[in-house]
Amino acid sequence: MNDAVGIGARVKRKEDRRFIIGSGRYTDDIRHDNQAYAAFVRSPHAHAKVVGIDASAAEASEGVVAVLTGRQLVDDKIGNLICGWAITSRDGTPMKMGPWSALATDRVRYVGDAVVAVIADTPALARRAAEKVVVEYEELPAVVSATRALEPGAPQVHDLAPGNLIFDWVIGDEAATDAGLRQAAHVTEMRITNNRLSPNAMEPRSALAVYDPAEGHYTLYTTSQNPHVARLVLSAFYNVAPENKLRVVAPDVGGGFGSKIYIYPEEITCLWASMKTGRSVKWTADRSEAFMTDAHGRDHDTVARMGFDKDGRITGFRVDTVANLGAYMSLFSSCVPTYLYATLLSGQYDIGNIFCNVKAVYTNTVPVDAYRGAGRPEACYVIERMMETAAREMNMNPAELRRRNFITQFPHQTPVIMNYDTGGFGAGLDAALRAADVASFPARKAEAARRGKLRGIGYSCYIEACGIAPSAAVGSLGAGVGLWESAEVRVNPVGTIEVFTGSHSHGQGHETTFAQIIAGRFGLPMENISIIHGDTDRVQFGMGTYGSRSGAVGMSAIVKAMDKVEAKVKKIAAHALEAAEDDIVVEGGAVKVAGTDRQMLWHEVSLAAYTGHNLPAGMEPGLKEDSFYDPVNFTFPAGTYIAEVEVDPDTGVTEVVRFTAADDFGTLINPMIVEGQVHGGIAQGIGQALLENVVYSENGQLMTGSYMDYAMPRADHVPSYTIEHTTTPCPGNPLGIKGCGEAGAIGSPPAVINAITDAIGNNDLQMPATPPVVWAAIRAAARPAAAA
Amino acid sequence: MAEVKLTVNGKRVTRHVPDETLLVEFLREELRLTGTHVGCDTSQCGACTVHVDGMAVKSCTMLAASASGSEVTTIEGLANGGLHPMQKAFNDNHGLQCGFCTPGMIMTAVDMVRRYKASGERLDEEAIRHELEGNICRCTGYHNIVKSIQQAAGEM
Repeated sequence: MNDAVGIGARVKRKEDRRFIIGSGRYTDDIRHDNQAYAAFVRSPHAHAKVVGIDASAAEASEGVVAVLTGRQLVDDKIGNLICGWAITSRDGTPMKMGPWSALATDRVRYVGDAVVAVIADTPALARRAAEKVVVEYEELPAVVSATRALEPGAPQVHDLAPGNLIFDWVIGDEAATDAGLRQAAHVTEMRITNNRLSPNAMEPRSALAVYDPAEGHYTLYTTSQNPHVARLVLSAFYNVAPENKLRVVAPDVGGGFGSKIYIYPEEITCLWASMKTGRSVKWTADRSEAFMTDAHGRDHDTVARMGFDKDGRITGFRVDTVANLGAYMSLFSSCVPTYLYATLLSGQYDIGNIFCNVKAVYTNTVPVDAYRGAGRPEACYVIERMMETAAREMNMNPAELRRRNFITQFPHQTPVIMNYDTGGFGAGLDAALRAADVASFPARKAEAARRGKLRGIGYSCYIEACGIAPSAAVGSLGAGVGLWESAEVRVNPVGTIEVFTGSHSHGQGHETTFAQIIAGRFGLPMENISIIHGDTDRVQFGMGTYGSRSGAVGMSAIVKAMDKVEAKVKKIAAHALEAAEDDIVVEGGAVKVAGTDRQMLWHEVSLAAYTGHNLPAGMEPGLKEDSFYDPVNFTFPAGTYIAEVEVDPDTGVTEVVRFTAADDFGTLINPMIVEGQVHGGIAQGIGQALLENVVYSENGQLMTGSYMDYAMPRADHVPSYTIEHTTTPCPGNPLGIKGCGEAGAIGSPPAVINAITDAIGNNDLQMPATPPVVWAAIRAAARPAAAA
Repeated sequence: MAEVKLTVNGKRVTRHVPDETLLVEFLREELRLTGTHVGCDTSQCGACTVHVDGMAVKSCTMLAASASGSEVTTIEGLANGGLHPMQKAFNDNHGLQCGFCTPGMIMTAVDMVRRYKASGERLDEEAIRHELEGNICRCTGYHNIVKSIQQAAGEM
């Protein structure tokens, strides 16, 4: 072992150097000879028929290479965009997937829907020409609210989805749950909305398509979290190129948060346009385009009822949710409000009866898909607001009510599919209560009151499901792909190691963390280990990074490949040292005969593998192994978050003054990087709770189309965070990892809102809790008392 | 077309570019200094921050022609070959994740520390957070960026 860099060491990141000196290589930094630029003509209407397109002025414009329309795209047999997860409605009918062409042919369904692509010599010339394209529209009535879209007479987004209903899906036992609610001594009922968010990775999406006519080969450089999945979908469904003629490279990627999982119209169009024009074609979104076209997140409208017996134990939990999926079904949009949402509604609690109905709905808005947490934040928000409100209604301590309902025996089968393998929910709550110094909260509240501030405290005990696997399980639930991960560990003749992983790093620090597990295990220097990802020509295959799966699944694949490398190394050394294989150990950069001074250095063994001069009989030369690792279960990170806020009663301005997180992520490889993930997630959660909201006007115009209108959390909106860890190692994978990428964004919104409702004495509060919203809630809380 | 004469990272350059060329476009496309990034189009995010005559400027908000005659320092020229204390502090404190906002953060932070040192004002956590108002990071939650700037402020 090399403890200085191995599991648990706070190793500084290897990848930082290129970023801090300005040498990162993002897609928009790449330039090819003969490069042209795409600009898109987008619908200014939320819903309209495309009556005609006059491109003559654009075609005559300076520097224009081509003006491309949806008709040409269809003529070239480019396929429609698809959703890759099939959901079945309660009546047995399949979900209703409306057609989505990369460039609209006859109808546009949201503001920003792409209609025409203009290819020109420079970005400015492309934009200038795009403005000269005349598209004649016949406007149609639009609908932006999912609840409104379900009402009789609402405008129809897709002809094949009557009433705009994509699916009407259920999970759990409805009769038993309703009976549990009828028998309850107390029922808490709430209407809870989960506000619509824009992911806002700081690097806007970008694509550079390069076509080689001699070979009929395409290369796509793009901002992707999963380049192999991009290639698979571009090839199998969009017919852009066969897989063996398409290379997808995701170089340095500036954040993803889900928004860079999907294949968008622009990548398809750039690839196709590069073939049509014989030029390399680049497109980079500006921020306005990002707001208009990047898949949004959340947007749920929920009514929840939770029943309790006289001792505060949950007797039943019913959740009815309307989920807005926007104008088209994005790649994984259907699984987010179903299998990533309703399956987590048991939270940390032992609940016998749960029932959930989800109606997924088309509207004239940007497609909605996974955004950091994807379904799990929505579930956690519903459960944890219900628990806090119920505790107040029953005059119980909110921490105590949760503790009374905690699951304490594992494995635990919930009534909504998930089987929790391990956890320590009481220990997590205790750690958070201690770290947040909850015992002295009353003193802090009194002190704040003397300053005229309302101070509140809010709890959130979250659980989530990570890894997003096993393949057979997700396949049975409708997934169109397997969710394993692959790795190849290549030991070079000189002993240096290259690891090819199907995971993708866009900020998560894989080049450091992944190297640590090898350096630590074999006792090798970190600089001798390179982590390679993000290129379909170099990495054999991979499912990419989302759902906090790179640790639990991606690193497990590396461990499996390392096991095979170590087995071969031991055979080679045993043969050379004339020792029994069982007596060989690998440590400190050497391969040793245990209990003796006989050894070979690591690089001597790797060189022996490649010279092949003295290998065991029948052994092939070389030292390279791979693995396709398919997990046995989801993993279940969990923890308790505690927020403290101060509200100015005169203005409604809310400040998060303390934030404590106690997480159980199983084994931590690099706690520094893990804590960084939690920090970022909490900031996004505070952003959702206090600031962020995508707003459309009634007729579907995007009102929050820039950072002037969409309030991103800034440094002075968030506090420094207190982070604690408890550990129950995950029994399902070789490292005991659960995953840490999304927890912060999942656990924090209910903690913040529960703290505000505690401060102001009104449980009726929706996100984002902006000053006017909080101010109105304070006034509303005062009113009934005055009337009484 | 406008003639633009600049000293960029100590080197004199002269180029003829369209009048509307922004300083950030000039740096990225003419000089191929791609460490300076574009993260928005409303001068909010700060990923494009460079120093013009020693002051932090959002290079998406200045025409290259308006900068003509100035000395410009980009992330690539902050420390000639080595690491500036601010760059080292971001590595020491895990002050970056995806790295996209990082060049702008570092250029803003260097300017911030210099200004506070010159004025003698105290650069505490609250001041750092306030000063970062014009730079958005989506990854770090700012916690470790603040720590990085605190460390570098003690070393600059």
